[in-house]
Formats: sequence, C-alpha cells, structure tokens
Amino acid sequence: MELTNLESVPGKTIVKHLGLVQGSTVRAKHAGRDILAGLKNIVGGELKAYTELLNESRQEAIERMVAQARAAGANAVLNVRFSTSNIASGAAEVMVYGTAVLVQ
Amino acid sequence: MDLIVSLVVAAVLLLAGLLFGRAAEKRHYADLKRREAELRNLLIFNERRLPADVVCSRAVLVVGSAVIAEDYFKHAAASMKSLFGGRITAYESLLDRGRREAILRMKERARTLGATMIFNVRFETASLSEDRSGSRPMFSAEFIAYGTALVP
Repeated sequence: MELTNLESVPGKTIVKHLGLVQGSTVRAKHAGRDILAGLKNIVGGELKAYTELLNESRQEAIERMVAQARAAGANAVLNVRFSTSNIASGAAEVMVYGTAVLVQ
Repeated sequence: MDLIVSLVVAAVLLLAGLLFGRAAEKRHYADLKRREAELRNLLIFNERRLPADVVCSRAVLVVGSAVIAEDYFKHAAASMKSLFGGRITAYESLLDRGRREAILRMKERARTLGATMIFNVRFETASLSEDRSGSRPMFSAEFIAYGTALVP
C-alpha cells in the first residue's frame, strides 16, 4: 500500500478511483501519563509521553484507513490528510483520511 | 496561614518555571539549530505538484510531531498579558519550538528512508489544554508536520 499526500503517485498512473477512505481513534490520556505530564507542566517543554501516545494513535488510525482501502481493492491512498481534535477534556481524536485508488 | 502557604507555593512554582523553563528553552533552541544545520540539504516544499524533472523511485508519507506545554512562569506572563492584549511573546517562542521540532522529526524520518526532498508539506496544530472551570487552563498543543518524501 502506497501512502502519499500528493495528488498522484509519482511514476505511476491512476487506473481507478475507489473513493474516500478514513480511519480514526479516540484515546484517553493515561492516568499515569497524566500525572507525569502534570509535573512536567510546572517546568514546561515537551511532553514526551503525549507525543508518543498521539504517535501511536496516528499509526493505528493509518492502519484502519489502509485496511479500508485494501477492502475496497486499492493499492494506494492519495491526498492523505491528518486532523486531531480535543473532543472532551482528557480525550483526543486522531483522524486520517484520503482517496483510495488503484495505480499501475 | 492558608493564604501564606498558597502564596509560597505559587512563588515556588513561578520560580521553578522561570529557572527550569528558561534553561530548557535555551537548550532546546541550541539543539534545534544544530539539527537544522545537519538537515539543511534535505529540501522541503509545500507545493502539491512535482516539477517534471524530479526523478524518484518511491514516494512515502512522512510525519513528525511534538507535544509542547507551557511552564508556570509563561502561564502567569500570558495571563497578565491577555488583560491588556498585544503580542504574547511567551507563547510565540513555545509555538515556534513545537513547530520546528515537528519539522525536524519529519525530516529525520525522511532521512532514514534515504529521501532527498519532501513535497506538499502541511501543518496541523491541535490544542490539548484541559478545560478547568474558572481558572485559565494550562496550555499544551500538538504540532504535526507531514508530507511526501521522495526517494531518488
């Protein structure tokens, strides 16, 4: 599966468009991580635990999108976009979407 | 008595924020400068279309991200500043650091793939501050930079 946020896969031609595919995850911040992050908040700077948490979530969202694309018979996803939203205090949604296509 | 205790706690938090926060920011900027110099020859563009003469065998989506939080001193400084309005310089440096860190992580990922260019770079920012009724929430945000790495 090829992922790109360009409008085409360089060096290949699009044979068929298979529509929009998307994947998302909602993660609650872990209590242990939250306490550590609370302490870190005193001195500021990077909250590594959250960076990791959101990276894991993003990876999982990508996997879900890829699974959907594969089920549609695609071998590439174009124009991939990310979005993150803070849906409730302590929970974040990570969403990824793109256009599934068959390329040759 | 309670008032004195809470004042002392607030003063200690402010001082910790000022001292450690400043030191961490200085270290981070030095680190950013060094890594940016190392990765200068990896070019990034926010154009969507590839020029016709670009040769590449593989295009891979690369992502870099960082979550950055403010310290107590910046929190207090920003709260004061927002009474009068104007530039909140305490946050400007924070956002700058977060975004540059995200770009660098994206570039580092591209470098491990052997890429020489990244096209269609996009930024995304999400606030992760928690709502606390009454008081101003501690600011933290996630910065994402992503694009398509081209491997020659």
